[in-house]
Amino acid sequence: MIDVVAPFAEVGYAEAWWIQILKAIIIFLVGFTLVPLALMLDRKLMGRMQMRYGPNRVGPFGALQPMADIGKLLFKQQFRPRTSVGFIFAFAPVISMICAAAAFSIIPFGDTVDIFGAKVGLYGIDVSVGILVAFAFSGLSVYGLMLGGWASGSKYSFLGAMRSAAQLISYELAMGLSLLGVIVTAGTLSLVGIVEAQSGMWFVIPQIVGFLIYIVAAFAETGRPPFDLSEADAELVGGYSTEYGGGRFAAYYAAEYFHMVIASAIAVTMFLGGWQLPFGIDPPTWVDPIVVIVKTVLVVCFFVWARTTFPRPRYDQLMALGWKILLPLATVNVIVTAILVVVTH
Amino acid sequence: MPWTPGDDVIAVQRAPEPGGAGGVYRAFGETLRGLKTTFARMLERPATFEYPEEKVPVYPRFRGRHKLHRFPDTGLEKCVGCSLCAAACPADCIRVVAAENTPERRVSAGERYAAVYEINLSRCIFCGYCELACPFDAITMGHDYEMSDYSRSDLIFTKEMLLAEPLERTPLRTADE
Repeated sequence: MIDVVAPFAEVGYAEAWWIQILKAIIIFLVGFTLVPLALMLDRKLMGRMQMRYGPNRVGPFGALQPMADIGKLLFKQQFRPRTSVGFIFAFAPVISMICAAAAFSIIPFGDTVDIFGAKVGLYGIDVSVGILVAFAFSGLSVYGLMLGGWASGSKYSFLGAMRSAAQLISYELAMGLSLLGVIVTAGTLSLVGIVEAQSGMWFVIPQIVGFLIYIVAAFAETGRPPFDLSEADAELVGGYSTEYGGGRFAAYYAAEYFHMVIASAIAVTMFLGGWQLPFGIDPPTWVDPIVVIVKTVLVVCFFVWARTTFPRPRYDQLMALGWKILLPLATVNVIVTAILVVVTH
Repeated sequence: MPWTPGDDVIAVQRAPEPGGAGGVYRAFGETLRGLKTTFARMLERPATFEYPEEKVPVYPRFRGRHKLHRFPDTGLEKCVGCSLCAAACPADCIRVVAAENTPERRVSAGERYAAVYEINLSRCIFCGYCELACPFDAITMGHDYEMSDYSRSDLIFTKEMLLAEPLERTPLRTADE
């Protein structure tokens, strides 16, 4: 099979096709369980940090609020401005959604386990280029915002889209360079390999600078406050999603939270040891996915925490931070790491 | 002589001085201080009053929905239909039509009584001038503020509604609160 189609990258371990399909469905379901959870966590935790309750009317402790929100949005009438470009306008949120969901496939939730006699990896796919897949999809997700903003045929949407594109491209550099230190230390691009390389020590300790840069860049990359310049309500009405409503807006909204979950999951995989636990605790393999999910949720909590704390910087300050501080710092980090790796080996 | 602020003066906290490595260090410290502040708020009790279930008690001076009063001993209405409240009302929301008391039918303590006494609460601005204008303390402002209704005509309160022992739905603040 591999002989027929030249693969883009080597795959660490591949299962039978029906397991692949099953895994794809399960990972998709896990992803779309985490998104409402992140949404809920965002609103509840932010509420508590602002000394209020947050939503608490729908369901027990307001737990069904995301469902109610999504239900409401999906049943709204679809409308679009007369100046919009129909096909692209309808398709742009789909691009955002697909890019967000696809990047989730490379997150490893555990090593290969035996399920009913078959060896199954607890990840969508373990490709040798690993993290590059995540970058590719986060790069493609710019198209979702750009096309959506442009096809809306509205000045606010277009301005917001240009802003988000510039912001995403600038911070992609710092983000990539911050992860390069980890890749150099681990000596592999495969995310499973990187997690296994952290069995002795999590990379957050030797790569603390890279971790901090990654977290800051991830805020900007996911368009979360304090770097939500793309939808800065006060200046841009709503950014690229100004003209969107109903299900299409829900897609953008869910994609934003999905991005946040993925950025957290990548932080967990690259820096926080994936399914590994510290102090030599080695639980059975079925605990691994739970460990990864709990760590991811904790990083999402940090996203919410920072969102509540910091005000939004000006646009030029955002760009200055990205280009003048994070990028040189990440470069120095990579060079120092590379020298240390060469010297110690 | 340096100025030392007293306890009642709030010292303004400024952003860290920018510039150099020290500026970076201070900015980082301030970042962590900000995170600490929000985290500490999370451990406190929310300041929310969950309104329909939990009502904020009002002060005794609170000007809510009007009440008309009777003499407690005789049960006669205090209002004599003088229309001073209607004259004082800046929103022009009070309508009084007076009628003579007859020996067979005594309604108020005075010579006349209010045959019609209506307050249009959709126009009322709750200034309390009617209460000040009234020579017999017949009309006072109550503590009730939950007056929303489904139609405008339901907001015109008649004499019977204003005289009726008002359903006090609003908790009153006690002296120590």
